[in-house]
Amino acid sequence: MAIGWYLAVSAIVFSLGAAGVMVRRNPLVVLLCLELMLNGANLALVAFSRMWGNGDGQVFALIVMTVAACEVCIGLGLVVAIHRRKLPIDVDELRELQG
Amino acid sequence: MSTLLFFLAGFGAIAGAVGVVMLRDPFFAVLALVAHLLSLAILFLLLRAEFVAAVQVVVYAGAVMVLYVFVVAYVGGREEPIGDLLRGRGPAGAQLRLGAAILGGALLVELLIALLGTGLKAVGGDGAPYAPGPKAFGTPAYIGQLLLTRFLLVFEVASLLLLIAAVGAVVLARRRGGIDEDGEGDARRVLTPLDLIRPRETGTMAEGVGGVPFALARARERNDGGDGESAADGTSARERGSTADGRARDDEPVGATAGPGTSEQEGGW
Repeated sequence: MAIGWYLAVSAIVFSLGAAGVMVRRNPLVVLLCLELMLNGANLALVAFSRMWGNGDGQVFALIVMTVAACEVCIGLGLVVAIHRRKLPIDVDELRELQG
Repeated sequence: MSTLLFFLAGFGAIAGAVGVVMLRDPFFAVLALVAHLLSLAILFLLLRAEFVAAVQVVVYAGAVMVLYVFVVAYVGGREEPIGDLLRGRGPAGAQLRLGAAILGGALLVELLIALLGTGLKAVGGDGAPYAPGPKAFGTPAYIGQLLLTRFLLVFEVASLLLLIAAVGAVVLARRRGGIDEDGEGDARRVLTPLDLIRPRETGTMAEGVGGVPFALARARERNDGGDGESAADGTSARERGSTADGRARDDEPVGATAGPGTSEQEGGW
């Protein structure tokens, strides 16, 4: 398969993730959509790595996965903290991030 | 064969992504993301990225998604009707969501023009030549050598980042003190004369957190709030009594100390 097909899939996944981040209101689903965007970027990185026969893109994809894991860790911690304080789990109603 | 596999996996990846965005129940959205990640791992395998595909399945679809499932089960995410969001019904800001979806479509068009409209000849090709072998492109040996020689600094910084994230998650999600109602944590702890005459590890939960003055202040706050809760009244009365005569508390049976007021205080935090 030509590399361009993989890039097309990557662009579709990234745009779906971006639309999801903007449309959904539940912070858990917003985090899931962020994962979609990161995965779209990962697919493009691996595809370009294959295109040049160079491993740098794959290492980059691995680091992106690490950063995604950290983001999930902190994001889910925030969701749990919001739930503990009995605030609504809704990004529209959580307008203020102050204490 | 590889063409068929590509179209199957690509369709699965896009269907999973659509599922994440469109499904109402967050739990099913997580399951759709798992399907998406597995399809993406197949695409990685087709691109000769064996190690990245294995990490994708083991770490992402395995560990991270289990974490998601736990949090969704704990928080119990509310279902939101996605159709109503797009049609503009619902709370404020819902009218903007149709615009957001259009913006997503515009982003897709722009990305496709940028990626496929480029003059790069290699985009239309099958990529660099590939020769199988024990240390071929994309194998664990290849990636490991890169990570430990050329990208050693990146590797170490990633480990530091993971450590920081783990510490941050513990601070955010632990039961008390992380995000306090007042945001002050242990700063309120004051040593009182009562602490000297009473053996350690005794007393109520409220005193354990903030000392007697803190518990008194909390009880007074609740009374002023006008909730009219009998539990809060009982707590304040008992706290005042214990401050007046610290020894009297020790004579009380344990059951009396752990009254309804105590549990109510605990629930408040």
